Amino acid sequence: MSEHIVSVRVYATIFLVLLVGTALTVWAAFLDFPYGLNTIIAMTIAVTKATFVVLYFMHVRYSARLVWVIVGSALLWMAILFAFTFADYLTRNKLSIGF
Amino acid sequence: MEQQREAGTLGMWIFLVTEIMFFGGMFLAYTLYRTFYPAAFASASNHLDITLGAVNTVVLILSSFTMAMAVYFTQVGKQRPQVLCLVLTLVLGVTFLGIKAVEYHEKYTDRLIPGKLIPGAEFGPDPHKLHLLEGATLKQVEMFYWIYFAMTGMHAVHMIIGAGLLTYLIIFSLKRRFDPEYHGPVEVIGLYWHFVDIVWIFLFPLLYLLGRHLLDH
Repeated sequence: MSEHIVSVRVYATIFLVLLVGTALTVWAAFLDFPYGLNTIIAMTIAVTKATFVVLYFMHVRYSARLVWVIVGSALLWMAILFAFTFADYLTRNKLSIGF
Repeated sequence: MEQQREAGTLGMWIFLVTEIMFFGGMFLAYTLYRTFYPAAFASASNHLDITLGAVNTVVLILSSFTMAMAVYFTQVGKQRPQVLCLVLTLVLGVTFLGIKAVEYHEKYTDRLIPGKLIPGAEFGPDPHKLHLLEGATLKQVEMFYWIYFAMTGMHAVHMIIGAGLLTYLIIFSLKRRFDPEYHGPVEVIGLYWHFVDIVWIFLFPLLYLLGRHLLDH
């Protein structure tokens, strides 16, 4: 697989997307959304920005399958870390035996 | 050569996975304590300077862009713009650290450094300067600041290491060591720099923006 050179145009577009994302997240932070949506909106924007950085600035979109597997493994282990910890903490007061 | 370059990239990614796990532990601690003390986290967060935080976000995004451009100019074999982009990236990185230092100093004068780390400036903010939302206690606010300093501090350490790596890249690119055929170090250090940028992309909304919508209520 020969090396893919990402064009200046793509880099510039991603840069603009990141700037817009930053402006958007600051603007949205001052609005009072119901149902705790503020955090969800902020995290959606952050994940989107991070995805653009990973795919284009870090060239993952044009990288070998093995790189995809490694990036995916990081996300998988993070998911396990959060899921198991919260499965513990959030259910503690639901047991009557006490801790 | 191609295979070597790919192997180097792969190795860097494996290192970055360990870094994700490292920061992941702190993100986990943050999420847990924020779940326990939502009001205190919002109160403490509102005391952070949103302008400085946003400016720093833009500075870091711009530095990621110049880093990406440095990789591009190396790949197409243009040495002068390559050096320029690397220098710009370094300057922006140092700017970020400078702004961070201003923010830290502000926290120091407002006595928001947690615990008794600094003699004569134990944690104890002026209640008039730190508006506590209903249900928040100072002890819980202190917890936010432990996490704030641990996360932004570790992020700053990564920035300092990144600045060192960039200095090495600048010296070697001035010696014309990198060309379209061999440029593993530029690419690999680029990956590291972008990773540090991503950490900040998450830190900024999580630390600075979580309580702003509660201010006028």
